[in-house]
Amino acid sequence: MDYQVNEKGYYGDFGGAYIPEMMYPNIEELRKRYLEIMEEPSFKAEFDQLMKDYVGRPSPLYLAKRLSERYGAKIFLKREDLNHTGAHKINNTIGQILLAKRLGKNRIIAETGAGQHGVATATVCALMGLECVVYMGEIDMARQAPNVARMKMMGAEVRPAVSGSKTLKDATNEAMRDWISNPVDTHYIIGSVVGPHPYPDMVARFQSIISAETKKQLLEQTGSENPDIVIACVGGGSNAMGMFYHYLNEEGVRLIAAEAAGKGVDSGESAATSVLGKEGVLHGSRTILMQTDDGQVVEPYSISAGLDYPGIGPQHAFLHKIGRAEYVSITDEEAMQAGLLLTRLEGIIPAIESAHALAQLEKMTFRGNEQVVVCLSGRGDKDLDNYMKYFGF
Amino acid sequence: MSRIKKLFKEKEGSKLLSIYYTAGYPKLNDTLEIARQLAASGADFLEIGFPYSDPVADGPTIQHSSEQALKNGMTVKLLFEQLKDLRQYTDIPVLLMGYVNPLLQYGVEHFCQSCAEVGVDGIIVPDLPVYEYESLYKDIFARYGLSNIFLITPQTSEERVRQIDELTTGFIYMVSSASTTGNKLDVDTSLANYFNRVKSLALKNPLVMGFGIRGKEQFDQALEYADAAIIGSEFVKLLDKEDYLDRIPTFIADIKGLPISV
Ligand SMILES: Cc1ncc(COP(=O)(O)O)c(C=O)c1O
Repeated sequence: MDYQVNEKGYYGDFGGAYIPEMMYPNIEELRKRYLEIMEEPSFKAEFDQLMKDYVGRPSPLYLAKRLSERYGAKIFLKREDLNHTGAHKINNTIGQILLAKRLGKNRIIAETGAGQHGVATATVCALMGLECVVYMGEIDMARQAPNVARMKMMGAEVRPAVSGSKTLKDATNEAMRDWISNPVDTHYIIGSVVGPHPYPDMVARFQSIISAETKKQLLEQTGSENPDIVIACVGGGSNAMGMFYHYLNEEGVRLIAAEAAGKGVDSGESAATSVLGKEGVLHGSRTILMQTDDGQVVEPYSISAGLDYPGIGPQHAFLHKIGRAEYVSITDEEAMQAGLLLTRLEGIIPAIESAHALAQLEKMTFRGNEQVVVCLSGRGDKDLDNYMKYFGF
Repeated sequence: MSRIKKLFKEKEGSKLLSIYYTAGYPKLNDTLEIARQLAASGADFLEIGFPYSDPVADGPTIQHSSEQALKNGMTVKLLFEQLKDLRQYTDIPVLLMGYVNPLLQYGVEHFCQSCAEVGVDGIIVPDLPVYEYESLYKDIFARYGLSNIFLITPQTSEERVRQIDELTTGFIYMVSSASTTGNKLDVDTSLANYFNRVKSLALKNPLVMGFGIRGKEQFDQALEYADAAIIGSEFVKLLDKEDYLDRIPTFIADIKGLPISV
C-alpha cells in the first residue's frame, strides 16, 4: 500500500493545493524544487551537521522502566523534548530555512499557536541571519508570554493576529496574507504537516528523522527495528507523521494518534478533529476539519495550545479514512494526569501536547512484554504555569 | 448568449463598473435590495460575496463584513433564498464570490443548480485551483451554463494566463497588485508593465481589474488597461453608513463620472 503523496499532491482524496492564485507562484516554485534541493549532497550535509551539533540529535530512545512496570509493557520514549528549543518543531524549521536559503529568500514568516514553532523559527532565523516575522493570535500571545519573549530576544517580530478567533488558525490566515503581499523575497515556514502541497510531504520528510532514528535505536536496544505499537499526539500532525513515517509500510506496527478531546468530545469544547470533523478544505488542503453544516470553520478547544487546531494534515485524514492509523481522543484531565505521572515516575516533565500521547497508555491493556514507543514531542517548561494552576501546587 | 458575454459585447469601449459586497452585511436581509439599488444606479455587474470564516485573500474591511454577516446568520442556503426573485429586479450580470469550503459543503452540483435557478451568471472562488476545477468541476459548471472566473496576478506566468484564458468563459479577473483586498492601487512602472503585458496578450476573454480600486481616480487608471473594474472594500465601507441605500446612486455616479441616475 502506498501511503505517500502522489504526483498531483494528493493522498487518496486528501491534499492538493487550494490556494488563491496570488500564492501560486511561490507554491509552484516550492513544489518543483523541494525534492531536488533536499536530495542535494550539500543540503544533506548541512542538515545532518546541524541536526547533530546544533539540535543535539540523535535524540535518545529511553526505556522508561517505572512507566513500563506500571503498565506491564516495555515502554520507550523518543526524547524530542531534549532537542534544542525543547520540541520536535526544530527538525522542520532547520530543514525549511536551508531550503529557503537555496530558493534565494531573505525574509521568513511563520504562524504559531503555543509558540513552540515560532520559537523554533525565530531560532533558525537568528542562526542564519534572516529577517523573521511570526504571526500569533492575540489570545495565544497572552497565554504563552514566555515564548513571545523568547522570539523577541531572538530578534523576531511577533505580530498579533487580531482577526477571527485570534488563535492559531487566524495566525495561519495572517501568515498567508503576508505571503500574498510579499510574493518575491519571502518564504513561509509552516509549522506542521498542513497547508497546500508540497508542505505536508515536505514537513513529514523533515520530521521523518524521528522514526528513522527510532528504528536504529530500537534495533540496537532490542534486536528488532519494529515495536508493536507507536503512539504520538496530533495537532496538525507533524510529530506523529515523523514518528509514523518509516513504520507506515511495516503493517505489523500499530500506529496510534492521540487527539485533544478538550473537555470531552461531546462537550462543545474539543479539538478531536477525526471525531468531530468532516471533509472539506482548510488552509489550502482538502482534509478533515471541524466546521458547521454551512462550511464555516469551528474554533476548537484544548488545554494544550499546540493541539488547539480545527484540522489535521491531509496524510492523517487519509490514514484515518483507510484505517492504517487509529485516532483516539484524550481529555484535558487525562492528559494532565499523564503529565504528572511521567514527572513522578521518571523525572521528566512533558509538554501537555505530549502528555496526550502518554495518556493513551492508561486506556490500553497490554498482554505482557509488548514494545511501545511514545513520541515525547516536547518538554513541559512552557506549561509549568498551566500544570501549577491545574493541580493547585 | 450569456449575460456576461452580452454585456462586454454590447458595451464594448464604455467604462464598466462592477461592485462587490458581502451578503448579509450590515443587515441580514438587504442582499436583494442592495443589488436592486446598485443596478438602478448604473453598476454594470455585481459580485455578491457569500461569507467565510477564514477569508485568506481578503484584507480587514471584507474580513470584518464576512465576520459580521456570519454573526447575522448568513448562510449559502439563505443567500439563494434571498436571491429567489433576483431576475425580477435586474438584468445585469450577477456573480457569486466566496471560498471553496462553504461551496463544497453545500455541494458543487447543488450550488451550480441553485445559481442557475435564481439566475446567477458565474462564480469566483479564489481558492479553487485550476487543476481541481478542470479535473473535477468543469463539466458541472458547463452543464448549468455558469462561468467560473479565475484570478491572475503580476506573478502569473504568460503560459498560465493563456491556460486560464482557455478555461474561462466570462472574463479574467486581473488582481491589480500583490496584495489582499482593500489596499490602495498605486500604478508604478512595474505594475504598468504588468498591465500592458497582459493587455498585449490579446486574450479572448475580457479583462476585469480588481483589488485596490477605491474611487474615480483608480477606476479611470484601471480602465486604461482593462475592460472593467471592480470596487469592493470601498463599497463595503459605504455600507457602514446608516443611510447606505440612499448613498448608492451618488457613489456610483461619482466613480463613473456620470449624472446621478436614481
Ligand atoms: C510539544 C508539541 N507537541 C506537539 C505539537 C503539535 O503539533 P504537531 O501535531 O504538528 O506535532 C506542538 C505544537 O505546538 C508542540 O509544541
